[in-house]
Amino acid sequence: MASRTGKISPTTAGGVAVAAALMLLCFGTLAAVLLRASGGALGPSDAAAIRFTVAQAAVSAVVSVLLAVPVARALARRRFVGRHLLITLMGAPFLVPVIVAVLGLLQVFGRSGALNTALVALGLPAVSIYGFHGVVLAHLFFNMPLALRMILQGWQAIPAERFRVAASLGFAPADVLRHLERPMLRDVLPGAMLVIFTLCLSSFAVALTLGGGPRATTVELAIYQALRFDFDLGRAAALSAVQFVLCASAVLLSLRFAKDAAFGAGLDRGGIHWWGVSRLSVLQDSAAISLAAAFLILPLAMVAARGVPGLAELPVAVWPALARSLGVAAASTAIAMFAAIVLTASVVRGRYARPIEVSAMLPLAASSLVLGTGLFLIVRPWIAAEHLALPVTMLVNAALALPFVMRILLPNWRAIELDYGRLATSVGLTGWARWRVLTLPRLRAPLGFSAGLVAALSIGDLGVVALFAGERGVTLPLLVQRLMAAYRMDAAAGAALVLVSVSFAVFWLLDREGRRHATD
Amino acid sequence: MKSSLFAAGFLCFASLASAETPVLNVLTYDSFVAEWGPGPAVETAFEATCACDLRFTAAGDGAALLARVRLEGAASDVDVVLGLDTNLTAAATASGLFAPHGLTPANDLPVDYNDPLFLPFDWGYFAFVYDKTKLATPPTSFEALAASDISILIQDPRASTPGLGLVMWVKAAYGDRSADIWAGLADNIVTVTPGWSEAYGMFLAGEAEMVLSYTTSPAYHLIAEDDDSKAAAAFDEGHYLQIEVAGKLAGSDQPALADQFLAFMGSDAFQAVIPQTNWMYPAVTPAAGLPEGFGTLITPVKNLLFPAEKAEAIRVQGTLEWQAALAK
Repeated sequence: MASRTGKISPTTAGGVAVAAALMLLCFGTLAAVLLRASGGALGPSDAAAIRFTVAQAAVSAVVSVLLAVPVARALARRRFVGRHLLITLMGAPFLVPVIVAVLGLLQVFGRSGALNTALVALGLPAVSIYGFHGVVLAHLFFNMPLALRMILQGWQAIPAERFRVAASLGFAPADVLRHLERPMLRDVLPGAMLVIFTLCLSSFAVALTLGGGPRATTVELAIYQALRFDFDLGRAAALSAVQFVLCASAVLLSLRFAKDAAFGAGLDRGGIHWWGVSRLSVLQDSAAISLAAAFLILPLAMVAARGVPGLAELPVAVWPALARSLGVAAASTAIAMFAAIVLTASVVRGRYARPIEVSAMLPLAASSLVLGTGLFLIVRPWIAAEHLALPVTMLVNAALALPFVMRILLPNWRAIELDYGRLATSVGLTGWARWRVLTLPRLRAPLGFSAGLVAALSIGDLGVVALFAGERGVTLPLLVQRLMAAYRMDAAAGAALVLVSVSFAVFWLLDREGRRHATD
Repeated sequence: MKSSLFAAGFLCFASLASAETPVLNVLTYDSFVAEWGPGPAVETAFEATCACDLRFTAAGDGAALLARVRLEGAASDVDVVLGLDTNLTAAATASGLFAPHGLTPANDLPVDYNDPLFLPFDWGYFAFVYDKTKLATPPTSFEALAASDISILIQDPRASTPGLGLVMWVKAAYGDRSADIWAGLADNIVTVTPGWSEAYGMFLAGEAEMVLSYTTSPAYHLIAEDDDSKAAAAFDEGHYLQIEVAGKLAGSDQPALADQFLAFMGSDAFQAVIPQTNWMYPAVTPAAGLPEGFGTLITPVKNLLFPAEKAEAIRVQGTLEWQAALAK
């Protein structure tokens, strides 16, 4: 707990250590790139790239979160067969590698996709997905699942007793909204928007491909060009610093808006049994759930359908690559979960909460290209890069996933401390015992969910491995890319299906705890 | 105790192994080393003659290779870089990292290509590929394409070597008029992708009628998939060449072995693997000739290629022009 003057508690020390390691990773790699640089100023086209990047990230974040609210609300108050499976399935787009997901989206919304085929058949004009709206649509597809889960957790965290009291007081839906739902949203939404905004800051392939051309140039693309074709390390480092500044500003802004809901403790009766069952509200909820499910699941179904014939053509290299990916994911998950728990504990209960919270968000805004290049420059004098492909990938995946874990754990942990912290302290429950008796049991659901997220993200991530991979270090996403580069699109689709299925299975397994919790 | 014994034994073994067989490190692009790429066959064939261990390291694409050796500088333990193209060789030369190969092998390139630092191993023409069953009359020039409402997919010259090749192609064909050509093409372009794979994948999924690729692309579909529906459109302006080259680093600690590898590149054992693994033309036509399907490919009326020393300035200017014309 809070420490006496001059003495730092282990909680604070742990948080500071993890935060320092993250800062070192983000800024150390940036410095390594800068040290090798000569010159390198930002040009006029970079200003345009920064404007576009911020605009698309802001719109994507707001749209993803606002559209997720009615869907999360509907999922929170309705019970139907297959609800849990649906909730899990709706999380899948977030876990799919970018290129696979883009091809799936295009099979639905593309020029010859299902939507346009239907429109033309009905004699209606076709719609084009390419442009600013296409970028937002794709980011919505990727990130709404995350927003959905974060908000759904918020609803489920409102103690059932509060709803009972509301019902006994004869609250109209508007009153429930004002007294229970709005404070919860005020607590949860800024964090969800922050994560999505920051994620979209480093978007590159999605923004370019769906943006329809160089108008959709993001900062990350400019970094790519600077590093690879122009070999302008100074400009790459400067652009990467811009991403960090944007990210840090977003964190500070969201901290200003976020406010603890402070519902107080409940009796853990789980789920919400109360609710008005007016026909209109049932209709609204059904519409929200069906639309969202169709939007999120159809493109993935397309990916699966496209991948089935390719399964027959899978090269044997798929299996060792899969094993490697799973190994990397297991290690990344262990590292990320441990670091995130230490970090979150210190944000909740230790000192320097603000700076630690900000530093924990930085990896999200890191350019994976600058990160990889910096790491390469740092380790290069000591060890050959190809020996480090997998360890570096584990570490970087863990660091990149850590912000998600922290954002998911933080509101839950804060609530625990708010509700039971004083009682626990008064009975002398501290240290390990406090974690085991109080925190862990109440944190199990978000822990399972976030571990599933880290593992699946790590399996699907290309990240820095491409910079380090030798002959042997091939992971499954890299293999998908190599198959595509060799015209073998069917085999690539098959391998992508394997990748998506495995990511999803791992996520499902780890998240099961969370789903159990979501059950009444 | 046990572990230190083990470590000592391991070190001993490692140093013995390295004393016996010299290692040649070749840095190349990703798709070269894939199990279905040229890498495995080349490795087997070269190791049969060199009494050495040939080790491939993969790094993205051609542009990534150059960035990587420039990052490493003189301290690199790479001996040979395989897979730069003619749009990158000027920058590679200027880096001062490469050493002359001193060889003068004959090649079957459609243009004269002699570079003291770099030797070609394969080449191809950029072209727009289409599906004959869906597009009956393909355009025969950039101007015809711009005037039509045919949809195309291209790659970003800032991120992709074929994308850059297209910028160079338009520049070589139209010179000062290239900005107008891009303005005319703007409404044909469905979208711009970061790499070749995305564009080609989207083309096969039906997102556009044509995609920027190579004249040799239809050979893949014909030979590997028994599908003759794909073809490359022949343009009257001629087609821009991509010549892929290799060079040895001045800092190589195996210069003799590196020379041996560069010479081996021109041999039948290397060249015969290229057409059906890299889907490009081999720099030296193999003794057994090209695979059958290659006979059906178009032969451009004119070869376009900027000399390396001009390419760098044209790359920068052409890319800016491209960006300005399409960002409107």
